Amino acid sequence: MSEMTAVSGTPGRRTRDLVAAGIGRRYRAERRFRIFGLVAIASALVFMALLFMSIIGKGYSAFVQTEIRLPVAYAVSVIDPDGTRNLDDMRRANYGKLYRDGIQSLFPDVTSRQDRRVLNGLVSSGASFQIRDAVFEDQSLIGKSGEIWVPASDDVDMLVKGKIDRNLPESARRVSDQEIAWIDALEKDGRLATRFNWRFFTNGDSREPELAGIWGAVVGSFLTMIVTLALSFPLGVATAVYLEEFAPKNRWTDIIEVNINNLAAIPSIVFGLLGLAVFLQFFGLPRSAPVVGGLVLTLMTLPTIIIAARVSLKSVPPSIREAALGLGASKMQMVTNDVLPLAMPGILTGTIIGMGRALGETAPLLMIGMVAFIVDIPGGFHDPATVLPVQIYIWADSAERAFVERTSAAIMVLLTFLIIMNAAAVFLRGKFERRW
Amino acid sequence: MEKANVREARETTSETPEGTTAVTDAKIQAVRTNVHYGDKHALKDVTLDIRAGEVTSFIGPSGCGKSTFLRCLNRMNDTIDSCRVSGTVRMDGEDIYDPKIDVVQLRARVGMVFQKPNPFPKSIYDNIAYGPRIHGLAANKDELDEIVVTSLEKAGLLAEVKDRMEAPGTGLSGGQQQRLCIARAIAVSPEVILMDEPCSALDPIATAKIEELIDELRENYTIVIVTHSMQQAARVSQRTAFFHLGELIEVGDTEQIFTNPRHKLTQGYITGRFG
Repeated sequence: MSEMTAVSGTPGRRTRDLVAAGIGRRYRAERRFRIFGLVAIASALVFMALLFMSIIGKGYSAFVQTEIRLPVAYAVSVIDPDGTRNLDDMRRANYGKLYRDGIQSLFPDVTSRQDRRVLNGLVSSGASFQIRDAVFEDQSLIGKSGEIWVPASDDVDMLVKGKIDRNLPESARRVSDQEIAWIDALEKDGRLATRFNWRFFTNGDSREPELAGIWGAVVGSFLTMIVTLALSFPLGVATAVYLEEFAPKNRWTDIIEVNINNLAAIPSIVFGLLGLAVFLQFFGLPRSAPVVGGLVLTLMTLPTIIIAARVSLKSVPPSIREAALGLGASKMQMVTNDVLPLAMPGILTGTIIGMGRALGETAPLLMIGMVAFIVDIPGGFHDPATVLPVQIYIWADSAERAFVERTSAAIMVLLTFLIIMNAAAVFLRGKFERRW
Repeated sequence: MEKANVREARETTSETPEGTTAVTDAKIQAVRTNVHYGDKHALKDVTLDIRAGEVTSFIGPSGCGKSTFLRCLNRMNDTIDSCRVSGTVRMDGEDIYDPKIDVVQLRARVGMVFQKPNPFPKSIYDNIAYGPRIHGLAANKDELDEIVVTSLEKAGLLAEVKDRMEAPGTGLSGGQQQRLCIARAIAVSPEVILMDEPCSALDPIATAKIEELIDELRENYTIVIVTHSMQQAARVSQRTAFFHLGELIEVGDTEQIFTNPRHKLTQGYITGRFG
């Protein structure tokens, strides 16, 4: 060995010495970099875990709801005083009296008007709808009496879930000692239970937290997304294909390209203002409607889809294009037979990412009135509606304590949808790539 | 301005490249063909005849314009934005750069095989059926099947793939992929097949197979091949054209070019003194 060094002389020796001197430093730099990377990922994971823990910790209790089992007498004199069984008349009957009578029958010693009103307040006003629905479902109930589970008011719910502290002095909490006594009495009788909160998934918005649900917002989001997808996907892909494959490369197409890239960077609320001015005031489309929301979100999503589609069109190898053209395919045949299918996974990923952004978008929808308080489930593209993120915003802004958990629960639902969409993107991409 | 002057000077003083003589059975005739890529003058006044039923090879050092000229013959240069072609290229007496000529029809008559095997990411069957499908050459499935089978047979690939026609074409070996590409070109029944360094990505055995195939195909097709290998040019072609710096230096019978080149540059290149 030493002989060889002697033969090769000083230059080889010098390189070896210098490399040996520096090698420790090089490895240390690499180790440091790896540690930085690990720290970055770990802190990202910690923050994500904190976020999820906070949301789930606050929100999981919204999936159950305190309910009260009330004795109800389905009195003919209240439901159908004329005896005609006319459904319209029956719908207008005073079902509130039935549940109030029910709760009062449990506490016969409460007599003063004042106390009775407080006692009635233990039960959610939504109980009257529940009784009405029970009657409409089974008309043979009329004239009989029975027991029915009805939602408790939000204060009772909060107390039972431990979100209102019993140990605070009476003046500092929303539930009086008297009410606590009644609630404990109900619980002792087995008339109080927390049950799965299906209303949260089937109801529209409500001023009463115990009745408020996200279904209206989910349907609104769904309708809005349909409009967005139906417009932005074909428009975006067609634009990208034209710009990438057919348009001449000149100053005009350069200007268009720069503008598309700029559009992607415009704050979304500006699109909301544009929608307000153009779609509502100029075209006179209805306020708060999913069709307008979809149009506005289309403006916002288009650049994302166009850019993603152009990138994936660009990444289709030129050899495939040459193969097609060399065989005499027309440009259109080349695009539809070869280039688009190969670019599709990338285009789909871009589209789903764009749609994910649109699904989580709030600001532009505020401008076109989708922030309104809407109780009814939207039945079509022109009905007033709200969307999930706006619903979260509205609830987060509400004063009632019980809306806190509902806000978190709604966030969980929104995140679930986003995770499903991303999973779909991954699945579709995998499926397409296997085919090729 | 300067360029125009050069052009003019060229037109008055230009010499015909050695060995360029008018032949009656020319399938393709290029007359004073020039190609510019933007400012770059890539092909200068090339006048060349390509005879029917022969293999013509283009040789020359890298960047000499031989591939550029090949791509003029089926107008593949049209796909490059900055590329301008001037002069005339006639096929069977028809100017292929005439605005009346449809480029799709032209490419159906002039097939092309590329340097890197580029099968579509589809099944072997679909690769071969691609051309017949886009041109509507087969009236029904049986006809299409027949075209696919005969094309594979002509390309000498049938025995190797007949049991896995639905397997992806990209799963074949490099040499098989290149023969698949040749079969794909044949399936359209072109009159001319252009090959742009078809063996440069292949090992010697696969190369030998392709060369054998080229020799067989000569009976039915006019073949033009660009190659970096002088041995290959000598083995497969009947005529050879030598390009240098965008100019056609010499064209002649392959035997003559390799045994008795007329031009000093040709001699230098084939004896390995440069290039």
